[in-house]
Amino acid sequence: MQTVKGIGVRASLVCCEAGAAGRGFRLVLKPSLSGIHGDTMTENGCEYRDRVLTMDTMNPNVKRVEYAVRGPIVQRAVQIERELKMGIKKPFTEVIKANIGDCHAMGQKPITFFRQVLALCSYPDLLEDSKFPEDAKSRARRILQACGGGSLGAYSTSQGIEMIRQDIARYIEQRDGGITCDPDNIYLSTGASDAIVTMLKLLVSGEGMSRTGVMISIPQYPLYSAALADLGAVQISYYLDEDNCWSLDISELRHALQEAKKHCSPRALCIINPGNPTGQVQSRQCIEDVIRFAAAEKLFLMADEVYQDNVYADGCKFHSFKKVLFEMGLEYSEKVELASFHSTSKCYMGECGFRGGYMEVVNLDPEVKVQLTKLVSVRLCPPVPGQALLDVVVNPPQPDEPSYDTFIKERTDTLATLAEKASMTQEILNQVPGIKCNPVQGAMYTFPRIHLPPKAILEAKEKGQVPDMFYCMKLLEETGICLVPGSGFGQRDGTYHFRMTILPPKEKLKIVLAKIKEFHQHFMEQYS
Amino acid sequence: ASHEILNYMMHTLPLRGKVLTVDTMNANVKKVDYAVRGPIVQRAVQIEKELKEGVKKPFEEVIKANIGDAHAMGQRPITFFRQVMALCTYPQLLDDNKFPEDAKNRARRILQSCGGNSIGAYTTSQGIDCVRHDVANYIQRRDGGIPSDPDNIYLTTGASDGIVTILKLLTAGEGRTRTGVMISIPQYPLYSASIAELGAVQINYYLNEEKCWSLDISELQRSLHAAREHCNPRVLCIINPGNPTGQVQSRQCIEDVIRFAAKENLFLMADEVYQDNVYAEGCEFHSFKKVLFEMGPEYSSKVELASFHSTSKCYMGECGFRGGYMEVINMDPEVKAQLTKLVSVRLCPPAPGQALMDLVVNSPQPGEPSYQTFMKERTAVLSALAEKAKLTEEILNTVPGISCNPVQGAMYSFPRITLPERAINEAKAKGQAPDMFYCMKLLEETGICLVPGSGFGQREGTYHFRMTILPPTDKLKIMLNKLKEFHQKFTQQYS
Repeated sequence: MQTVKGIGVRASLVCCEAGAAGRGFRLVLKPSLSGIHGDTMTENGCEYRDRVLTMDTMNPNVKRVEYAVRGPIVQRAVQIERELKMGIKKPFTEVIKANIGDCHAMGQKPITFFRQVLALCSYPDLLEDSKFPEDAKSRARRILQACGGGSLGAYSTSQGIEMIRQDIARYIEQRDGGITCDPDNIYLSTGASDAIVTMLKLLVSGEGMSRTGVMISIPQYPLYSAALADLGAVQISYYLDEDNCWSLDISELRHALQEAKKHCSPRALCIINPGNPTGQVQSRQCIEDVIRFAAAEKLFLMADEVYQDNVYADGCKFHSFKKVLFEMGLEYSEKVELASFHSTSKCYMGECGFRGGYMEVVNLDPEVKVQLTKLVSVRLCPPVPGQALLDVVVNPPQPDEPSYDTFIKERTDTLATLAEKASMTQEILNQVPGIKCNPVQGAMYTFPRIHLPPKAILEAKEKGQVPDMFYCMKLLEETGICLVPGSGFGQRDGTYHFRMTILPPKEKLKIVLAKIKEFHQHFMEQYS
Repeated sequence: ASHEILNYMMHTLPLRGKVLTVDTMNANVKKVDYAVRGPIVQRAVQIEKELKEGVKKPFEEVIKANIGDAHAMGQRPITFFRQVMALCTYPQLLDDNKFPEDAKNRARRILQSCGGNSIGAYTTSQGIDCVRHDVANYIQRRDGGIPSDPDNIYLTTGASDGIVTILKLLTAGEGRTRTGVMISIPQYPLYSASIAELGAVQINYYLNEEKCWSLDISELQRSLHAAREHCNPRVLCIINPGNPTGQVQSRQCIEDVIRFAAKENLFLMADEVYQDNVYAEGCEFHSFKKVLFEMGPEYSSKVELASFHSTSKCYMGECGFRGGYMEVINMDPEVKAQLTKLVSVRLCPPAPGQALMDLVVNSPQPGEPSYQTFMKERTAVLSALAEKAKLTEEILNTVPGISCNPVQGAMYSFPRITLPERAINEAKAKGQAPDMFYCMKLLEETGICLVPGSGFGQREGTYHFRMTILPPTDKLKIMLNKLKEFHQKFTQQYS
């Protein structure tokens, strides 16, 4: 290669291979600007080499993946935050990220006991420190004894530390009124998302009409749609009933399944309870009906139960799929294949960053279970701090232990605050003409329906934007409040929603709700 | 007849009725193998249970020399790192005067970068901003000033996560246009496993055992040429320092590989997780990024490169934290947007692992209170590893029938073992790979758990095993002598 200076332009002599026949030299007068990437310069007939990895050559499934919770609106929110930092004037002084179920980011405090145990595990010298209570120390010692070399830094077995799986099994037994749980059916995971994707991956097979179909609610948490797109499986949508508090109709399940059978091989039914984004807590009857349906229609049941402690509404109660399944007797409990998922990210812990989670598999074919164990071994193990955290979650202070009072107080306060905010959110939003909010029975979100004037819908479509994205973008630009448009979760055609978390501190939440009210009224007027 | 029908309905039908069976499950997953935690390890775990139950065996403990898990083998964590982690986990400790100021400063800085000042918050999907900045600075210092853009850094859940993500992006096409991925033989079986799972095509290039596991460009050429007949080669993966082979490639070799990748339109993936584990005289770690840029804009503005690092190896050995990062160079901006989108679905890598990575790239500096202890610990770990690398090579080479290349770097020895014909035949009669047969016998007779070479790939008709150099020196000596004893006995037994 030679760099030639000439005619005031720096040029590069580019050596091109003219096909398989041999080499040819061509002089290309190309301004050599380092830092220009990927421009395909065709001068003098010599093509600059194209990148290997382009939109055309990359994995096509990945292109179909969407994840609205961290999608375009959030990217714009982050940009706005930067602009604010740079001193750009806006109609607001901060961006409120009500797009994601991230409790600590919104000011919720971690549970003291949990962080004490984790600190002791991270730096065992602290076991000598009298500032830490005995119950925290004994749990830390126990966890460390179960770790290779007594260190959180060792790999654990791929299924997760055995002692922790035993503790989780006991926790599940207690929760489910004594129904046996086998620790060998527990797989620790990197958040619940990891285990959900792993199960979906196992289930995906076939081609064309025999391609695996997976049933998921509309609206849904978009991990499901994203994972199905990535895996090239077929998404089978079943609509929750907005007019009946987002409840589940078996007739709707049946209808969705019948239609789906025409073009794929339905194999799995996913249900999120308590629901995300919709917040409904399904009744026991509903859960039984779903189990019966799965049994009759030969569907693998996936129960996403990460919000199991987040139940607020009177008369609502969390019933685990496992418990109901076994209470329905052998005809079902010996047959229905079930995977249930839990996590350290939600409930009262809010420890999203630790990526702690587990799944319990019930009635999994033993040969498939071997494959599952093999599959998770390739990634070695889930993060050990997350595993340790899970252990304390299922093994919290007991009434006779020193940390008990503080623990219960913190737990109760957190859950009570969430319940208050759920109620308040529903009330305030329902005062707004054009916004209709179902009761937030559980979870961490509200998913109100918004009525958009036809003029607004038209303008959105002209801009090539989905109408609720158009609405949410305007809300963001005018108030700094970042929500996720309902289109990111799925909704019935012609309806519009947004998902907002109930996580900001109460006073701030009130202000946020008031601003939304104001914005909506202004928006309605503007586009009437 | 009705009895048979009843039997069928009660027993066969329910079993056959499962939704998820080996027949209906994901076919690619069935093709996945990961020997490092495969059948021999499962047997080792079983033996451990038997020992616990009091079953008598010719040994008292199982030595797990199958996996690069430093702490499990007694290596201590770096004090400073764990102090900062404790401070981040339980910030009340920031008031505790038992912790040095430099640890507290780093903890405060990390916490300030976290949502709600908590490591329990989700981070951005690409990883905490200030950590990515620190990683970029580290790379810049390591590479003699060549700039690193924090926006090209993606924190990951261990290096494995980043590697799988990039392979996923690259996998496309069908049949003859299906993505082909070049990987060394022997290789770390994450690569073969991921390629199988993604349904990509594995393209083997053989390292040269006679020349210390070095890489011949002519072999790369041969392998690529053959592959083009049946797939679309798009990627070239290289592990340096090598796993399982431990070679540290020369600078010349790295330049040649870059030139090859440029010429043949291959995306380069450089697995550099053992970058601090370099022991042999005359060997030096050269990052692919550095060499690429020192080769000038003809290459540095063209070659697409992803480099991977981790908190699991080197002197840290913090496997359980699942900390890692990748740096992407010359990635198409639209593809980069797709990459960012893809990682967002899993929300973020573990925040404790991100914090730990920050400390690795931002360790105590001269003048700081923790500097001396830090350097002492770091040096002790790395020199112990260097000693053990040497010891291993020496002892194994005294065994007739075992031939061990120098362990120039990483954490393993991958010696070649000569197996008597009779042993090979007996293995085959059992349906076992001969080196698996050998390793199983070793396990049952001595409690030492290694991984047979067949789990990593090797030239036909050759046999190896991979053993870590991680057990404490005294235990390692005992282990190596037991191995020597076993090999001699085995050779006699089957001669």
